[in-house]
Amino acid sequence: MSNVVFYALTGVGLFTLGLYALIVHVHLLRKILAINVMGSGVFLVLVALAARTQEAAPDPVPHAMVITGIVVAISATALALVLMLRVRAETGRATLPEEPLG
Amino acid sequence: MHDKTARLTTDEYTQLAPVVRLLIALLVSVAAAGLAYVVLSLPLVANGLKEAVAEHLALSGVSHPVTAVLLNFRGYDTLLEMGVLLLALLGVWSLGGIPQQREPSPGAVLDMLSRLLVPVLILVAGYLLWVGAHAPGGAFQAGSVLGAAGVLLLLAGWRPGARFVGLPLRITLVTGLGVFVVVGVTVMLVGGRLLEYPPSLAGALILLIEAAATLSIGITLAALFLGGRPETRVHR
Amino acid sequence: MQDFSWGVLVILLPLAGAVSCFLWPRRAVTLGLITALGVVACVAGLGWQVVEQGAQRYAVGGWGAPMGIDLYVDGLSVLMLMVTALVGLGISVYSSGYFDRDKAIHFWPLWMFLWTALNALFLSADIFNLYVTLELLGLAAVALVALAGGADALTGAMRYLLVSLLGSLAYLLGVALLYHSYGSVDIAILAQRVEPSPAVWAAVGLMSAGLLLKTALFPLHFWLPPAHASAPVPVSALLSALVVKASFYILLRLWLEVFPPTNAALGQLLGLLGAAAVLWGGLQALRQTRLKMLIAYSTVAQLGYLFLAFPLGTSIAWKGALYLLLSHAVAKAAMFMAAGNILRFGGHDRIADLDRVAQRLPLTLTAFGLAGVSSMGLPPSGGFIAKWLLLDAALRAEQWWWAIILILGGLLAAAYVFKVIGHAFTQAEVTHEAGAVPATMEWAALALALAAILLGLVALWPLALMEIGSPFGEEAAA
Repeated sequence: MSNVVFYALTGVGLFTLGLYALIVHVHLLRKILAINVMGSGVFLVLVALAARTQEAAPDPVPHAMVITGIVVAISATALALVLMLRVRAETGRATLPEEPLG
Repeated sequence: MHDKTARLTTDEYTQLAPVVRLLIALLVSVAAAGLAYVVLSLPLVANGLKEAVAEHLALSGVSHPVTAVLLNFRGYDTLLEMGVLLLALLGVWSLGGIPQQREPSPGAVLDMLSRLLVPVLILVAGYLLWVGAHAPGGAFQAGSVLGAAGVLLLLAGWRPGARFVGLPLRITLVTGLGVFVVVGVTVMLVGGRLLEYPPSLAGALILLIEAAATLSIGITLAALFLGGRPETRVHR
Repeated sequence: MQDFSWGVLVILLPLAGAVSCFLWPRRAVTLGLITALGVVACVAGLGWQVVEQGAQRYAVGGWGAPMGIDLYVDGLSVLMLMVTALVGLGISVYSSGYFDRDKAIHFWPLWMFLWTALNALFLSADIFNLYVTLELLGLAAVALVALAGGADALTGAMRYLLVSLLGSLAYLLGVALLYHSYGSVDIAILAQRVEPSPAVWAAVGLMSAGLLLKTALFPLHFWLPPAHASAPVPVSALLSALVVKASFYILLRLWLEVFPPTNAALGQLLGLLGAAAVLWGGLQALRQTRLKMLIAYSTVAQLGYLFLAFPLGTSIAWKGALYLLLSHAVAKAAMFMAAGNILRFGGHDRIADLDRVAQRLPLTLTAFGLAGVSSMGLPPSGGFIAKWLLLDAALRAEQWWWAIILILGGLLAAAYVFKVIGHAFTQAEVTHEAGAVPATMEWAALALALAAILLGLVALWPLALMEIGSPFGEEAAA
């Protein structure tokens, strides 16, 4: 299996693993980490597939997209973490209340 | 399973029954298999926009393709992304301070290392900013290193002085975004389009934007680490 | 390419407003209101330009797609910008009276950022750029929800943030697959190059799932009621009226331009989910005891109508759905504002204890009533025109089952609107102390409610506007 395919499949794997963790885990910090893992998966897919070029140098546009994506992910994670701490301060536990169905 | 204490033990990491978890795991695996199939179905060789970028690289003002894409060809994305970073800080500040824990005084290792590393980090940030024009580097990379220096200082117990917190801090935070917008609009007023740098000035304009952005990004990241407005953290 | 200054200003002016509100918090309200007026003027200017000159494309940076980012404005984008401007102005006026000093300092920069994100989103023609605007929008919305403080708002905001990020990441993975298949992220270029292939199917699935999650289509709506009901009132209005419509707009654009190879199967599914949303949202709204929750579930129901256009796919159907989007934005904002007035007045929003609001807050109740008329789809109102168009489209396409859903939805809406109004005329068991409601808040609510009715009287002009640039394809005009 070529390098490109290996890394791209790893990205897919991270995305789905993160998705599973996001749904199943209850603690907010784990959910936030799961989102980060999913994000890393998407970025890996973007960057890995950019290396399919004919010569050695990769396609620069996905690299720029990933830089943008990383900054966005940091911003979102920072907000999420502080929000989580506030939820914990208000409710005593870092989890979301049981969701009423519908 | 539904305890009332603030801590969760490892056994209670989920509220879903094992059967439900298995079902979700199956669905997610199916999705993974589908995506894997899609990835394998993509052509093995694809150049994407690499040639288009290489063709116009000479006009972009820098010689590194990623920097050219980030700051020139797709600069509008970068402008909005600086907005996202500032917005996150605004959001964090609007949430009020996070509950304070008593800051222990820094241990000897942290104390010494921060004194050694912070100047080095600042130099590295400056270098990364400069080298971004022809090698991997640029505003975000330099800004991250600067942010790391800020985090190190904060961990060691340093806080910005009272004069700096307030309007001067806010001005430094918006400088990156502000310079970007001002440059973009100025070139538009002088007869081009938004963010259309004249090729002769492009390199200088990009460096200007990146310098302002590095400063703002570094301070924003350090401020995000702090988790609240500096003036709220009064501690001895 | 012609001059696009209005378009650029529409995006950069609210951004400048956000920065100035951040730098001078003491003047935040004034700066915010001035910016709001400025943005309305710029949107009007852009609209005028589109009416005169037709749809326009603008290459930011001078490079042009596929290497650069293009902005694109046609009748549909202008319509979205105008709705945003109208509702935005109303909410700005309302908020000037609603927030106290401490909250206002945080509200105005965040709200201006939200407006920037919306305007940038409606003008973008690049799917990666849309991702960045979606994130800008999502973070601003979450921060605004959390402004209310308290456990409900904070948990609602946290859930909203996680959902929003999940949606964005699914969307981004779709973008990645499309780029790596066709070498561009520009919508127009993708529209030409796209063909049915595994990658496109996956991208369609991922991007739709992400955008539907953000638009709160049943069954992905679970996050909406807690977030919209616990947010500060102007924020609830913004979320229900504008923010959920932004992801719908992106889905619509993609559907019309990039997804056509895969549309047939997905259309019926979206219609079914929309129908379920209408019924489920309506039933849940009836069960609520708190006014803001009722209005939030009403949003879930009304969003369902928008998706009835997908299985029909004709020009009339799209126009109906968009007219509903327009009317709902204005009416829902008015409804939330009215609820806010009632909340400020009585100190609570329990429906059963509304205590003769009709006598004591006549303006507010009128606003609620008129907004309700539009939600029910009674003439004369924007809601009526929208439902009429959708009914017409459904019957012409001989898919009469959607017509039944439209009628049932209207009945449910009538039921929950009259439930509120009925209680507003009766005396509660325990009379409450009346709080003061500023005139700006009452008049803002009434103005938007009147706009919802007005939309029923001047329908021809917005409908003609939608046509500019032929966003719905070159069909036989219907």
